Amino acid sequence: MKRLLGPLVVLVVLVVLNSGLERVLNPYFFQVLILVGINIILAVSLNLVNGFTGQFSIGHAGFMAAGAYGSAMFSLTVGQRMVNALVAGHVPAAAAEGAALLLALVLGGLLAAVFGYLVGLPSLRLRGDYLAIVTLGFGEIIRVLILNIDVIGGPRGLPGIPKWANFFWVFLVVAVVIAVSRNLAHSTHGRALFAIRDDEIAAEALGVDTTRYKIVAFVIGAFFAGVAGGLFAHYLCYLNPNSFTFLKSIEIIAMVVLGGMGSVSGSVLAAIVLTLSPELLRPVKEYRMVIYALMLIVLMITRPQGLLGTRELSLDRMLRRRRPAETRA
Amino acid sequence: MSAPLLQLADCTMQFGGLKAVANLDLVVGAGELVGLIGPNGAGKTTVFNVVTGVYAPTAGRVTFDGRAIAGLKANRIACAGITRTFQNIRLFPRLTCLDNVAVAAHPHRKAGMWSAVFRTPGFLADEAALRRQAMDMLEVLGLADHADALAIGLPYGQQRRLEIARALAGKPRLLLLDEPAAGLNPQESEDLMRLILEIRRRFSLTILLIEHDMKVVMGICERIAVLDYGVKIAEGGPDEIRRDPRVIEAYLGEESVHA
Repeated sequence: MKRLLGPLVVLVVLVVLNSGLERVLNPYFFQVLILVGINIILAVSLNLVNGFTGQFSIGHAGFMAAGAYGSAMFSLTVGQRMVNALVAGHVPAAAAEGAALLLALVLGGLLAAVFGYLVGLPSLRLRGDYLAIVTLGFGEIIRVLILNIDVIGGPRGLPGIPKWANFFWVFLVVAVVIAVSRNLAHSTHGRALFAIRDDEIAAEALGVDTTRYKIVAFVIGAFFAGVAGGLFAHYLCYLNPNSFTFLKSIEIIAMVVLGGMGSVSGSVLAAIVLTLSPELLRPVKEYRMVIYALMLIVLMITRPQGLLGTRELSLDRMLRRRRPAETRA
Repeated sequence: MSAPLLQLADCTMQFGGLKAVANLDLVVGAGELVGLIGPNGAGKTTVFNVVTGVYAPTAGRVTFDGRAIAGLKANRIACAGITRTFQNIRLFPRLTCLDNVAVAAHPHRKAGMWSAVFRTPGFLADEAALRRQAMDMLEVLGLADHADALAIGLPYGQQRRLEIARALAGKPRLLLLDEPAAGLNPQESEDLMRLILEIRRRFSLTILLIEHDMKVVMGICERIAVLDYGVKIAEGGPDEIRRDPRVIEAYLGEESVHA
């Protein structure tokens, strides 16, 4: 019973905030908030691959795109009809849309996971820069494919996606991806991933199935990136291949690196900072991106290990006010 | 000699034109403590790499407890009961000492990934058991005080001990130690010899040991095999090996034999 308490509290808080925030906040702030949530999902999921497992992937936007288009196509074809039928059968609209969205997100995530599996395969043979180049290429292939498939809009984009995503769904997924990462990190499976990151040969020699774990990291990471894409699609109601360029991947990487490779709370913190700062810098107009870039450079010089290093923010520790045992060597 | 636990038959490992190990026959009986010595570049570590699955031998058979293991993946061989330490220490630097050792207990997990994600009671019990096993092993090696310290922060000698603790946590039947005394001072070497004998007795291990420190090799090994240029040039008890002219020649050069 105690195990269910946490998730229950999260659900209640989300429902309350969902009905309250949209009324209180102006639409601009609200949209930024949603984008913060989506970026947290992307950063935390990439952290599973880059931070936990040490496989340098720079094609995360590709997985996001696969999930976005996959889930959008589902909603435009089957999902919409499903909702109409349910509503005709006197199911409340919010419930019907939620069910359809959930299905769309899972399908989008699974599609992205399939791509994640395919991209994970080269990681068995390639390391470091070489793997990075392959993942970069893969991300671009997905984008170029989308650009050339007319049924999904090609370069014109895909309009008319039903607006089913809201604060509740976005931050529910945020909670899930954080919980999954954290629970994995505190398990023997997470230790296996860390071991691969630190020394693959030693991990293998100790009986860790490095092949399986590397693939698993890619698949889980891609799945959540796909779900983030699905939320993005069902919030903005319009998709364009240009949202998923290499720059988007770099943005997500910046969040993981800035937060501290391997730190879940670091990824969350950095996703918030890096999504908000360009918005907060809007008053300085044309200097916005210059200052943003400078900020990144200064941060990397002063804290090369990232905002949190490999540590986690923990309420427990803050309350006990104890220094973490891992003193830096 | 007792029943063979590890058997290499006519094993060859060739890298391009170089035969790092050539037609090697080596038998390690259950419970034995065997030394593998030879000059630098003789192919000792290659033998370890072949046995542990880092390389698949170019030719020949490797059997462990009657089962052919040549060409199996390294993680399968580890799970079958062979673990090792490395000549150049290969700890997981950013993990704590406890986590380093707990990684090695990974093959003995019972709970799957889904139960970890949902933190089921079964998973929590399993996780606690793995951590306890790791902690026990740290205690055996006298590292319990450092459980929460990062591996990279340990002094060199203790890093070597941590590697042994880690290899033991896999509950191996055959332990391969690759130059465990390298870089240790004489006092630490003494302690290491005692430690090796102690863990062998305690965990009923069979041990194959590569070592340059002759005091250690001669002091604890029951049988010694000597490699030179990938070929086994001698095998026998410590006294035999010490007197063997071929061994002296390989180590000290031809003239010293005739001198």
